[in-house]
Amino acid sequence: MARLETPEALESFRQEILSRRDPDSPCVSICAGAGCVASGADEVIAVFEKEIEAKGLSATVSTKGTGCPGFCEQGPVVVIYPEEICYLQVQAKDVPEIVAQTIENKQVVERLCYKDPATGERAVKESDIPFYRSQQRTVLCNNIKIDSKRIEDYLALGGYAALAKALGQMTDLEVLEEVKKSNIRGRGGAGFPAGRKWEGSRNAKEPIKYVIVNADEGDPGAFMDRALLEGNPHSILEGLILGGYAVGAHEGYFYVRQEYPLAVKNIHLAIQQAEHYGLLGENILGSGFDFKVIVHQGAGAFVCGESTALMTSLEGKAGEPRPKYVRSNVKGLWERPSVLNNVETWANIPLIIDKGADWFTSVGTDSSKGTKIFSLVGKITNTGLVEVPMGMTLREIIYDIGGGIPNNKKFKAVQTGGPSGGCIPEHLLDLQVGFDELTKAGSMMGSGGMIVMDEDTCMVDVARYFIAFLTDESCGKCVPCREGLRQMHRILTNITQGKGKQGDIELLEELAETAVEASLCALGKSAPNPFLSTLKYFREEYEAHINDKRCPALACKELINFYIDPDRCTGCGTCRKQCPADAINGDKNLIHIIDQDKCTRCGTCFEVCPPKFSSVVKLSGEPVPDPVPEEERTIRKKTKEKG
Amino acid sequence: MGDIQFEIDGQTVTAVPGMTVLEVAQKHGIYIPTLCHHEKLEPFGGCRLCIVEVEDRGWTKYVVSCVFPAAGGIIVRTRSEKVDRLRKTILELLMAHAPDAPQLVELAKVYGADPNRYESDPSFCIHCGLCVRYCAEVAQKNAIGFVDRGINKEISFVPEIAAQYCNDCKACFPLCPTSYLQAAFVYAQAMTFPGAGHN
Ligand SMILES: Cc1cc2nc3c(=O)[nH]c(=O)nc-3n(C[C@H](O)[C@H](O)[C@H](O)COP(=O)(O)O)c2cc1C
Ligand code: SF4
Ligand code: SF4
Ligand code: SF4
Ligand code: FES
Repeated sequence: MARLETPEALESFRQEILSRRDPDSPCVSICAGAGCVASGADEVIAVFEKEIEAKGLSATVSTKGTGCPGFCEQGPVVVIYPEEICYLQVQAKDVPEIVAQTIENKQVVERLCYKDPATGERAVKESDIPFYRSQQRTVLCNNIKIDSKRIEDYLALGGYAALAKALGQMTDLEVLEEVKKSNIRGRGGAGFPAGRKWEGSRNAKEPIKYVIVNADEGDPGAFMDRALLEGNPHSILEGLILGGYAVGAHEGYFYVRQEYPLAVKNIHLAIQQAEHYGLLGENILGSGFDFKVIVHQGAGAFVCGESTALMTSLEGKAGEPRPKYVRSNVKGLWERPSVLNNVETWANIPLIIDKGADWFTSVGTDSSKGTKIFSLVGKITNTGLVEVPMGMTLREIIYDIGGGIPNNKKFKAVQTGGPSGGCIPEHLLDLQVGFDELTKAGSMMGSGGMIVMDEDTCMVDVARYFIAFLTDESCGKCVPCREGLRQMHRILTNITQGKGKQGDIELLEELAETAVEASLCALGKSAPNPFLSTLKYFREEYEAHINDKRCPALACKELINFYIDPDRCTGCGTCRKQCPADAINGDKNLIHIIDQDKCTRCGTCFEVCPPKFSSVVKLSGEPVPDPVPEEERTIRKKTKEKG
Repeated sequence: MGDIQFEIDGQTVTAVPGMTVLEVAQKHGIYIPTLCHHEKLEPFGGCRLCIVEVEDRGWTKYVVSCVFPAAGGIIVRTRSEKVDRLRKTILELLMAHAPDAPQLVELAKVYGADPNRYESDPSFCIHCGLCVRYCAEVAQKNAIGFVDRGINKEISFVPEIAAQYCNDCKACFPLCPTSYLQAAFVYAQAMTFPGAGHN
């Protein structure tokens, strides 16, 4: 197939691809995303291919490794079309059975279907699984249908139709107006309206302009951008070309973190394929619009995701933020107007152009439109990627989709917005997810990280943890961030170690104010959020640590003691055998005791004491009872009494 | 080119486009403290001490004057309760590293900064970057640079270059706001034990 010279040629090529595909013939999609590969997806794919070949089915059944559909917890995920039968945790040994039963005989292999932990009911189709049922997946849904190495898969699903529409039927100004009308706000950080950012660049005097994809994704634990980059690179590329057309840029950049080699490979391939078909390069689809794309690998420092640091790094200098008050969309990369948007923001653009701004704004809240992908992790039953309409409540996300908190623990807080986001407490669980709603609650949307915490989490320690991360990641250029965070980290560490003093909270507040108001870039400006939000909602935990040297969550090592309840200890010896410090004294039929001086508070005894005894308890802020006197330590057998 | 008019501390000032608020203030003899600024060098915006309050169309914000562009109609306040409080904290943070630096001691008196407010860690360098930037921008030798990131960031001479040029130059030594000895010390160390400290 040669270059496509017109939008019509693209359309007929799409029809040709579709005509070669029988929608009723089976197709096996196996997630080849990072999560599933880690649990063996590569082997599953290979065995599927071999098995289908061996049974002589190659002509009618296709196999493909696809992008990540989000349910990584249950991977490898296999979906069989056209019925959309979804199998979870599939191993290579399951493959012959799937081929024989499902593909040859149209029978469902029940045991591989999702089983509701509460009711025991099976869900056959992907869309019947509660994890997916409450989601609204407009950006992420194509991942499992696409082999990201094949542009044909993207085209078959209507890919590049938005580009053809824009170049063939819309002026560049109309494209901009549509994006403005959609009210889409950036998915990577501050939630700035993309259309307004684009307009600023478009109107800037300098004629050479750039559009840039921020694919740095520095938030630990977040992988929504990665899933899109690896799973559906053409959607981002198409968005970027549309952006270039709207603002008058002829050059685009992918800034991808080095830790994402597969993403880099897939994007390079996507660019090559798009160029091959004339969807990228000179005179795209015969429209006269030229656009080229360059891929740049970042060194992977968190601060490089910040817009001015990213552009400085693109220029080949050290990735430090710039102290400028002129926006990058007017003076950015090489001092030229530069539109920087997040991966997910770009991936939404083709959908907006294709389906229209009204379609986009029909989903969401007043000020936050469309859907948002979150990376749901922490103390939650179903971890993975979820895409939901803006305005869904945290409770719905955590309980309906995430399946709630495992092990019968109590929900305590959810941290949103990445390391510099905030913690939202239980009484705000009905908060609707949206940019302004989250900010008002003292947190933020950020790029969509969501970490669920249960009752065992100490909120002071959480603040300490995130501030430690940000202290490490600070570029060190400005004083309020570098020095302020260093001191905040010291004070918070002291508090969690029982060395907190009166006045520490006030000192922390002062440092927080200085970082927020006086830091050079948004890293320092938002870094105090974890502290400020935990102080706002969990002040009593700070006070307990400082005043009573007590950790209410029984989590801070220096503030807890382990103690064996003499009434419950059965002398089984499990803890004694596993205590790495030899701190436990006991014997068969002897109540065990812990030598507090030797104990390192590693928690092993607490973990290993069999649940039916639960003899080891944690204490905090109260004296440890004296050990049982030697003469009372013999355990009398209760079985005889019962008999 | 039309002049820009605005207000600093109640005084009407004029500027030409491209000037920063700090430059305008200095031109009119209004004092704003700085630590990382030097008229011969590109603005750095690192110390944040030159922070001022700006009222722009009813909005109050805090900006660093050494990079904030002068704009018509804005109202700048170089001292306010909050500006002073921010400067005090910045000074206290720096004095944890360089408690006796004369410039800091002077400023501490003005803003009531307590040199012992935060746990001390005397390392003297406050990362103003003057030495580094002077060497790169004026001397154009790049004999000294920052290495590492964040709280581990340090200045370091490149021994090969330093051995060749520094002895005859030493222009960066007196620029250092915390101690003449800091740059000299790091220099001497680089000459005596090349490669020490960063392995
Ligand atoms: C320290 C820091 C790290 C950031 N990291 C990222 C990132 O990894 N990816 C991203 O898209 N935006 C990141 N941002 C936000 C970007 O600076 C910028 O706002 C965003 O890429 C703009 O795109 P959007 O409007 O589509 O969200 C970061 C911001 C800061 C301050
Ligand atoms: S706020 Fe932090 S990361 Fe940003 S410039 Fe200052 S030191 Fe660097
Ligand atoms: S906490 Fe660790 S060191 Fe202490 S008694 Fe239990 S197992 Fe031993
Ligand atoms: S040595 Fe002195 S001049 Fe150089 S960065 Fe440090 S404080 Fe500034
Ligand atoms: S003088 Fe302006 S930030 Fe240092």
